[in-house]
Amino acid sequence: MRRVGLALLVVLTLFGSGLAGTGPASAAEPQASLPQLEDEVMCPVCGTLLGLSHSPAAERQRVFIRKLIAEGKDDEEIKDALVAEYGGQVLALPENRGIDVWAYAVPVIGLVLGLIGVLAAIIVWRRRRPERGSEEPVAAPSAAEEDRLDKDMARFDL
Amino acid sequence: MNWRTSIVVVGVVALLGFLVWGLVKKGDSGLAVGEPVPVATLPTLPEGGEGSIEDYRGKWVLLNVWASWCEPCKAESPALDRFEEKNRDRISVVGLDTKDLSEDALAFLREFRIEYPQLRDASGDYTDGELKTTGVPESFLIDPEGNLVAHFPGPFKDEAAIEAFAAPALEAATGTGKEASS
Repeated sequence: MRRVGLALLVVLTLFGSGLAGTGPASAAEPQASLPQLEDEVMCPVCGTLLGLSHSPAAERQRVFIRKLIAEGKDDEEIKDALVAEYGGQVLALPENRGIDVWAYAVPVIGLVLGLIGVLAAIIVWRRRRPERGSEEPVAAPSAAEEDRLDKDMARFDL
Repeated sequence: MNWRTSIVVVGVVALLGFLVWGLVKKGDSGLAVGEPVPVATLPTLPEGGEGSIEDYRGKWVLLNVWASWCEPCKAESPALDRFEEKNRDRISVVGLDTKDLSEDALAFLREFRIEYPQLRDASGDYTDGELKTTGVPESFLIDPEGNLVAHFPGPFKDEAAIEAFAAPALEAATGTGKEASS
C-alpha cells in the first residue's frame, strides 16, 4: 500500500510539473526570444513561417520583434502587437481563445466521438455473437438422406 | 461497360475536370478592364481615419499599391509625387500601403514627402483578395464610375511612364476643359 502511495505521489509530481511548464507566463519563465517567435508567427508577404523567410519584409518584422523584446515585452504582448500591425493571419497557430478554440477542440471532439463509435461497435458486435453452446441443435438426417449418403460414400470406396 | 468500369471512368473524368477548373481559375486571377474595382473601407495613414476609393467616385483615380520595404516602390515614389503635384486637378493619386509596419510606412511618407491620401491594408486581404495584386508596386487607373481602365504591375520607371499610364484620365480632363472653354 505504501509503495502504491509513493508511486502515485511520483506520478502526480511529474504530471504537475509538466502542467506548470505548459501554463501561462510564470515568474520563472524566460523573456521572449526571437528564434521561438520566428516559429510561431508568419511572414505576411511570403506566406511562410518568419523563421524560413529572409525577404525585406521579414527582416523589418524581425527588427520590430527585437525592439519589443528589448522593451521587455513577453511572447503574448509581442504577438498582440504583430496582430495589431498585420492582422490575425500573422499567427502561425490559431489563438486559444474565441472562435479559434475550435481549431483545437474539433480534433479532440472527433477523437472522443471516434472512440465512442468504436466502443459502441464492439458492444453491438459482442451482443450479436451467439454464445458458445447456444447454437440450435442440428437435426439428425432422415432415413432417405442416410441411405443416399451411404450410396455416395460407396461410390468413392476404392 | 460494367458498373465498376463506369465508376472508374466517372472518377477519372471528375479528377480531370477539377484540374482544368483549377488551371482556368488560376489563369483568370486578375481584375478585368472595364469591371468595377472592388471597394473596402480601410484605415488611413497617418492613422486615425477611414477611407475608401469609393470616396473618389466622380473623379479619376490612380491607385498605387506600395510598401516601405519594397525597393522599387522607393524608386518610383519621387516620380509619382511629381506627377501628383502636376496633375492633382485632373486625377486623384491615392496610395495603398500593404503588409507593412505602420511606423515604417509613416517614415516612408516622411522621407519622400508624400502628401497625397493614403490608405492602409495591413493584412493584405484587400490588395491580394480583392484587387488580386501579385506584388508591389502595382497601379490601377480607375474611371469616375469606379471601373478599371488600366492596370500596371511593377514600378513606373519615370514620370513619362506614369503620364502614359494615366493618359485616358489626362485626355478626358483636357477634353472636358476644351468643351467647357468652347
